[in-house]
Amino acid sequence: MLRFLLRRSSGAILILVLISAFTFFMFFAIPQDPAMLACGKNCSPDALAIIHKNLGLDKPVLVQYWNYMYGIFAGRNFDVGHCSAPCFGVSFNNQQMVWDTIKDRFPLTLSLTAGGLIVFLTGGLSAGLIAAAKRGTWLDKVFSGVSLVMSSFQIYFLGPVVLGIFVYSTGWLSKPKYVPFTEDLAKWFMGLLIPWLVMATIFTANYTRIARSSMIEQLQEEHVRAARAKGMGARYVFMRYAWRGSLIPIATLVGMDIAALLGGGMVTELVFSLNGIGRLARDSVVDKDLPTLMGVMLISAAFILIMNVLVDALYAVIDPRVRLA
Amino acid sequence: MTTLTQTEDAKAPTGSDAFLSVRDLRVQFSTEDGIVKAVDGLSFDLERGKTLGIVGESGSGKSVTNLSILGLHNRKATSVEGSMMLDGQELNGASERDLEQLRGNKMAMIFQDSLTALSPYYTVGRQISEPFRKHTGASKGESRARAIEMLGKVGIPDPKNRVDDYPHQFSGGMRQRAMIAMSLVCNPELLIADEPTTALDVTVQAQILDLLKDLQQEFGSAIIMITHDLGVVANMADDLLVMYAGRAVERGSVREVLKAGQHPYTWGLLGSMPRLSADVNEPLRPIPGSPPSLLNPPSGCAFHPRCEFPSLVAGDGKCSTLRPELPTGRAAACHLTAEQKQQVFIETIQPRLV
Amino acid sequence: MSDNNTTTKAASVPQQRDAETATPLLQVKNLAKHFPIKGGFPIRRTVGAVQAVDGVTFDVNAGESLGLVGESGCGKSTTGRLLTRLLEPTAGSVTYRGQDISHAGRKQLAPIRSEIQMIFQDPYASLNPRQTVGSIIASPMEINGINPSGGREARVRELLEIVGLNPEHYNRFPHEFSGGQRQRIGVARAIALEPKLIIADEPVSALDVSIQAQVVNLLQKVQKEMGIAFVFIAHDLAIVRHFSQRVAVMYLGKIVEIADRDSLYLRPRHPYTHALMSAVPEADIDVVKKERIRLEGDVPSPISPPSGCRFRTRCWKAQDKCATEEPPLVQISGNLPGHLTACHFPEDPTTERTQDIILDPALVALEDEPAGGDKA
Repeated sequence: MLRFLLRRSSGAILILVLISAFTFFMFFAIPQDPAMLACGKNCSPDALAIIHKNLGLDKPVLVQYWNYMYGIFAGRNFDVGHCSAPCFGVSFNNQQMVWDTIKDRFPLTLSLTAGGLIVFLTGGLSAGLIAAAKRGTWLDKVFSGVSLVMSSFQIYFLGPVVLGIFVYSTGWLSKPKYVPFTEDLAKWFMGLLIPWLVMATIFTANYTRIARSSMIEQLQEEHVRAARAKGMGARYVFMRYAWRGSLIPIATLVGMDIAALLGGGMVTELVFSLNGIGRLARDSVVDKDLPTLMGVMLISAAFILIMNVLVDALYAVIDPRVRLA
Repeated sequence: MTTLTQTEDAKAPTGSDAFLSVRDLRVQFSTEDGIVKAVDGLSFDLERGKTLGIVGESGSGKSVTNLSILGLHNRKATSVEGSMMLDGQELNGASERDLEQLRGNKMAMIFQDSLTALSPYYTVGRQISEPFRKHTGASKGESRARAIEMLGKVGIPDPKNRVDDYPHQFSGGMRQRAMIAMSLVCNPELLIADEPTTALDVTVQAQILDLLKDLQQEFGSAIIMITHDLGVVANMADDLLVMYAGRAVERGSVREVLKAGQHPYTWGLLGSMPRLSADVNEPLRPIPGSPPSLLNPPSGCAFHPRCEFPSLVAGDGKCSTLRPELPTGRAAACHLTAEQKQQVFIETIQPRLV
Repeated sequence: MSDNNTTTKAASVPQQRDAETATPLLQVKNLAKHFPIKGGFPIRRTVGAVQAVDGVTFDVNAGESLGLVGESGCGKSTTGRLLTRLLEPTAGSVTYRGQDISHAGRKQLAPIRSEIQMIFQDPYASLNPRQTVGSIIASPMEINGINPSGGREARVRELLEIVGLNPEHYNRFPHEFSGGQRQRIGVARAIALEPKLIIADEPVSALDVSIQAQVVNLLQKVQKEMGIAFVFIAHDLAIVRHFSQRVAVMYLGKIVEIADRDSLYLRPRHPYTHALMSAVPEADIDVVKKERIRLEGDVPSPISPPSGCRFRTRCWKAQDKCATEEPPLVQISGNLPGHLTACHFPEDPTTERTQDIILDPALVALEDEPAGGDKA
């Protein structure tokens, strides 16, 4: 088991290095001089040269990559000051350390992800389980129908509609706003309630469908029937035998969704004007702030890889055949 | 070990008060293509401690019958009519609660493929002890000890350690042994074995069949042995029921059916099977055609389109219009007269089986 | 029950015994196939091998049927795939009509492909569901660019008739046929090019009993009328006996015994052959009372097979020599010519025995308990 995790993690690290290299060299493949972006409109050749030197752009690309990677693990010095250990460079835009900006924005994205996850997992899975248990009844048809309708909504449509109804017309809820939960738990909760619900509406449907279909598949397994033949109760067999087998496809989906959301639910954050990682990514593209973009990309990639390893580990926990192969 | 010595006292049941008595069982389920009559008027009795072999090909209704006895058919899509009395208790229409008390306790089942019939997610020990805990109220420790005892009994080496293994860590033969342990853990009085050795190799099959026979001696269970293999029933069963297209076509003791079969389908099965002692220059005598669809079974005798002998039957086209019934006792559901059956068997069938 | 066998002995005549004079159709020498197992950390490498087939030698003569029997993991199906060169052997050679095809490339194999055909176990999986029966059966002709006189379609209709299907069903799809009929389609495809050799891998084991006999009879008809040699792979000893003039018994990747049918079934020498015969459940109720051989446990893993004789771990006659020295496949004293056995301590050449051999500890425990040794 430990060996398995080690192997998967080392593989993930290798992939991360490859991604970083790819991103970095893409950065220089862009025909525009990055220093021009930092320098601004009335840029003199002297100023440009200084910026080149400050950003380390006068050195060969390989050396720059080495410095960048070195900075991530050991920190670097810039003219704006020391950039300590996980150093992703300095933003062209506001001369801030990229890592500090990411750290600043991350709690919002984390809150958004965690809250949404709780809502759509509980809602989606329970609806899916009920639909599977009551397969073929009106309840199943209602759940299946509703989930189909819900999944065809998009956040950029549903978000403004919900805002329009609950915030601007009726005023029942205030505009979404991030307050750290360490500061005020109630405000944190109320501030993110609308984004959570809107996000969950769209994600729930996936979980309803996957839970329903994999439960139905599992319920037809011979070992489920064999458990019933031993005299185990219907509910017990449903929850212990069938549910256990359904966890694998669900775990896969959860892992992918968490990774995607932590990397920034960009549309959600934009629709609700929240300043999270997704918003940061979008802004860095618009502002051509390449160090920031690079940092966000690497962080997102890291989340995807970490979630992959975690999901694999979860498989091993769920299924002894993976663990003891 | 802890078993029922009372079977000895309760012995000698006479025909009507058999331990399991199935009367006019009809199982139908609706599919997209129409109504499937999987079992169509089946009756049989089984005494305590005896083995009934049910032989038939795919689609003959033999497996459906047993799922209905356990009440494990899909209740929404399936209609089950008729009576199934287990030790004086009606199973058809019994509450789910009552059936759960019986399943795994008074009646248990051995499935064909131990790889799919054991959950991959739980240890062998847990799966064996689970029904024991439920039905006897034993503690966790007691039921674990029971699981180890049962594993030892079915011949799993080092049961104290293997009890914590998962099914995939067992070989095919060992898994089937574990499944037998699981089914016998509560000393069931009725054991239903659905093709218990079909997935196994010949040498392992022989071990498992002998094991089942020996365990039956010890536990005193009555066994319903479902199989397509006449060799297996010859080895295991006391009585035999031959099924075709959802109906029993012949009933009798194993010796009667195999040595002096009365139904043309039974004859066909015997002629289809190559045997180790048969003359190799004598070609096999297959039954022509294919098993019928249960959606739309042939009229009259369901076997008549594949039968060699309808021309012998008096009455024009009787076989294709009138369905022959299976009388009680040693009998075959065929329009041939008793003399004709005997004559055809002795003159035509027996010479082929040398 | 052994009295029945006297008829069998006298009746078996058609044995192609011209192996000494003419070269056999197919010669297999020390054939081996090892499937590597990858694993290890941090670098994945080959950590072992499944020794599916490990040194198998036999000949197939023109027009004869050789049976390969054995239990799962004995390598019989892998052997079949090596013979048709669906797999490439790890070692050893396959020689077809004097030409070594063990490592032949696509081009070299092309002319031979039409002469060696295969019939598979699963009639559901081996037919393309999107093709009509007509195009399935015509495909070997198409691939090999063969245009029979009268056209391919006429030939396909003729083939359908030979295998007992309605030629009118030319345009139907496989799912419109029952299992037995699909296997007939497989047979029609295999004989379309009038091959010299057909490898039939468990051709009837997925079928119902009554249908099995139909297909066996069809194969026998094809074999006799077209003079096709067969390698008939199956786990069912009775069917193999019925179909094959010579039979090889395999265990864990090796042939342990090979002989003419009667010699093998009436005078087997290898303990494993004895165990197999004893294990077959016979529908004849009087045979049931025979003394039994019941082995212990399952077949060991072909990843790390036992040293020396591979059967020794389950053999009642095994001695130290069996672990250290692999018994060669030879004609041991008392065997008829052509009857080869790989055993240091062979059994007497008979299927009769005076007492049970019960190695399974569970059976020993259960049977000693109630009434000791009353099985005689």
